[in-house]
Amino acid sequence: MFKFSKAMKPALTLALVPLIFAAPAMAADKYQGVGRAATPAEIQAWDIDVRPDFKGLPKGSGSVEKGQVIWEEKCAVCHGTFGENNTVFTPLIGGTTKEDIKTGNVANLKRNDYPGRTTIMKVSSLSTLWDYIHRAMPWNAPKTLSDDDVYAVLAYMLNLAEIVPDDFTLSDQNIKDVQKLMPNRNGMTRKHAMWPGKSGLVTATPPDTKNTTCMSNCKPAAKVSSTLPDYAQTSHGELSTQTRPFGQTRGQGSADGAVAKPSHNPDYALAEKSGCLACHGVNQKIVGPGFNEVAAKYKGQDMAGKLAAKIKSGGVGVWGAIPMPPQADLKDTDAQALAKWILSGAPTQ
Amino acid sequence: MAKNEELIPVETPEGLKKPGRIQKAPENFLTTTEIEQVTKGRRDFLRGSFVAAVAAVTGRQAFAQSSAVVDASSGDPYILQPQTWATTLGKGVATAPYGLPSKYESEVIRRPSPGLTQTTQSSVSFSPLQSMFGIITASGLHFERHHQGWYDIDPAQHRFMVNGSSPEFVKNPKVYTMDDIMRMPFVSRIHFIECGANTGMEWGNVAVPTVQYTHGMLSCSEFTGVPLRLLLEDCGADMTKKFVLAEGADGSAMTRTIPMEMVLNDEVLVAYGMNGEMMRPENGYPLRLVVPGVQGVSWVKWLRRVEVGDQPYGAKDEAVHYIDLMPDGQHRQYTSIQECKSVICTPSGGQKLLEKGYYTISGLAWSGRGRIKRVDVSTDGGINWKTAKIEGPVQNKALTRFSLPWNWEGKTAILQSRAVDETGYVQPTYGQLRAVRGTRSIYHNNAIQSWGVAENGDVSNVQVL
Repeated sequence: MFKFSKAMKPALTLALVPLIFAAPAMAADKYQGVGRAATPAEIQAWDIDVRPDFKGLPKGSGSVEKGQVIWEEKCAVCHGTFGENNTVFTPLIGGTTKEDIKTGNVANLKRNDYPGRTTIMKVSSLSTLWDYIHRAMPWNAPKTLSDDDVYAVLAYMLNLAEIVPDDFTLSDQNIKDVQKLMPNRNGMTRKHAMWPGKSGLVTATPPDTKNTTCMSNCKPAAKVSSTLPDYAQTSHGELSTQTRPFGQTRGQGSADGAVAKPSHNPDYALAEKSGCLACHGVNQKIVGPGFNEVAAKYKGQDMAGKLAAKIKSGGVGVWGAIPMPPQADLKDTDAQALAKWILSGAPTQ
Repeated sequence: MAKNEELIPVETPEGLKKPGRIQKAPENFLTTTEIEQVTKGRRDFLRGSFVAAVAAVTGRQAFAQSSAVVDASSGDPYILQPQTWATTLGKGVATAPYGLPSKYESEVIRRPSPGLTQTTQSSVSFSPLQSMFGIITASGLHFERHHQGWYDIDPAQHRFMVNGSSPEFVKNPKVYTMDDIMRMPFVSRIHFIECGANTGMEWGNVAVPTVQYTHGMLSCSEFTGVPLRLLLEDCGADMTKKFVLAEGADGSAMTRTIPMEMVLNDEVLVAYGMNGEMMRPENGYPLRLVVPGVQGVSWVKWLRRVEVGDQPYGAKDEAVHYIDLMPDGQHRQYTSIQECKSVICTPSGGQKLLEKGYYTISGLAWSGRGRIKRVDVSTDGGINWKTAKIEGPVQNKALTRFSLPWNWEGKTAILQSRAVDETGYVQPTYGQLRAVRGTRSIYHNNAIQSWGVAENGDVSNVQVL
């Protein structure tokens, strides 16, 4: 069996030790009239968790082939056709090898130079992926996949990672066998001091650092090993406006030393208040396109109405794969004002 | 004139030669050109600008009081000149039925870190630690971390369920409404909440400019709720089982394994109150789990269910995310405790000291293992330390405010704070932390933070091993 059962042995042993805690509740009617019995149907509706030993896993099955169809329709927009996309979320697939499937340890995780970590490189328990997809995917429509769809999508992912063949069908019957092929199934350690209490879940060791409270002449010199890179100096906006403008200190001026003038444009203020500027720069792309790009694209066209509608409905595709969420709470008049302002070049003053 | 010059620091030419220097009021209303004029000795101009500055403060009524020009040589026009707020009728009660901060506090807001995430619904906004006082985070400034967006859930439609992973673990599985939960015995406690990934961007090197981004996934509130133990016992749960699973009602249906030991200690709360009012929607309205000392991801928001179990759950945030990569390629799993940590908030990165002289260094310390025992502060990068003053009473697993008087002589300095908790654990240096955990862990970076102070007063984020 995989490492999980081994790691659980201490916990099971501890469970046999005489109990030090208070006995289970005495009076179930202590709080009269508070709460009511849950019905079996209610428990079934909400008790959807699947544990690493696959307790809670519903019966069902799905093929790689079917999974690909669902994937392309519902998953690829964020994750890419091959689970490789890095645009919206961290890539899901990649970085594992046939050798990892044999050893249960992903070798690339030892490399400092390996760029990033995919989900399949990290995850040790297959149950986690089933549970994750089932409860939280697709990202913008969670819990809308049937159990068989979840099996199929997971089968397709496992196929992308070359863990199962093209003609594979994943089911509740064979999922434990596939667990034995998970590339990082032996990649978790519970040897640390960061689980509260003494339940036996972790091999409780003392904390792994041991600083002292030296008070004077603690070292010959204080050497600065890292400073803020130039690009990061301005990557978080105007620092002069991120500290209260009175008190012990001020926010630093911008790079050229000039203090930023507060914007007096009411539409700019509306954009700020409505949260637009978190994703759109006035003069640069952030997550979404810069307002200057939007204005340039639609220059000379009568687009204010359409753009206002688009601001409210959200969308994806025109500016790439990252979806813009709908802004349903935005007033129509505000959406129209913002659209006109953006198309006019988004002046800040 | 000597007295007058004290009032007008802008007349100190050395100060003005520093680019980017932000002047004390009212000089910060001067334009760059105007400042240049002042440095050239145009004091007549300065008198005019005082008046303009007063007008700006009183709601930018252009020269509302221009008829009452005061000679600046006789004193501060803010004292000598009658002010609108002193000479006219103010606003009535309930003008703002739910009060908001002053309009002059517009800089004190939550901010996302640009480029950190590609969507706003699976993202973070950081608390402005550089502008906060005491230990309580104003509810509107509490940091946010959502996995699939947030909802303002109608409390009349919210339900909380208790069941067991096996039927025998909970004899009487029950459903509770908010009415039910709010009838139960409650406790109110002050606790910090910190995201496991707080300071995560700084594992390898300095990456972000201010304390808001380095440490701002940190907040502290008074939480009011029902100890989970009471609800489990009400359902006839087998309290000898080692774990409970907490699950959210949002799209992500967040799940996390919680140790039963903390439930039995009455530390874990099913909370609805925060700082005297209901939990804010962004923080899980109407119900969230409070798991003191444990990373924020376990404080499941929009809590809809708790399940009693005999094994840990390997949830997505326990087997894909929130696992700590070690140098040997292994991930630490079930790392929950937020170890002892501290940070100086004032002065801090991205700020500027305006002039030499007295300052009060101020910061926050906290530990997931209990109370803060002591905080030391260094102004020379950790060579020498002084013990800071701690504002009491010190609460269990709560933010703790410390301060230290400091005379800045206009020389370079490196400010650090080092916290010690009641277990005797001492916050580590970057060198010590990296020696055991490398630089790729993302989570649980509790290293000593350094702020470099330059001769011109600029404070910036630096790292000292």
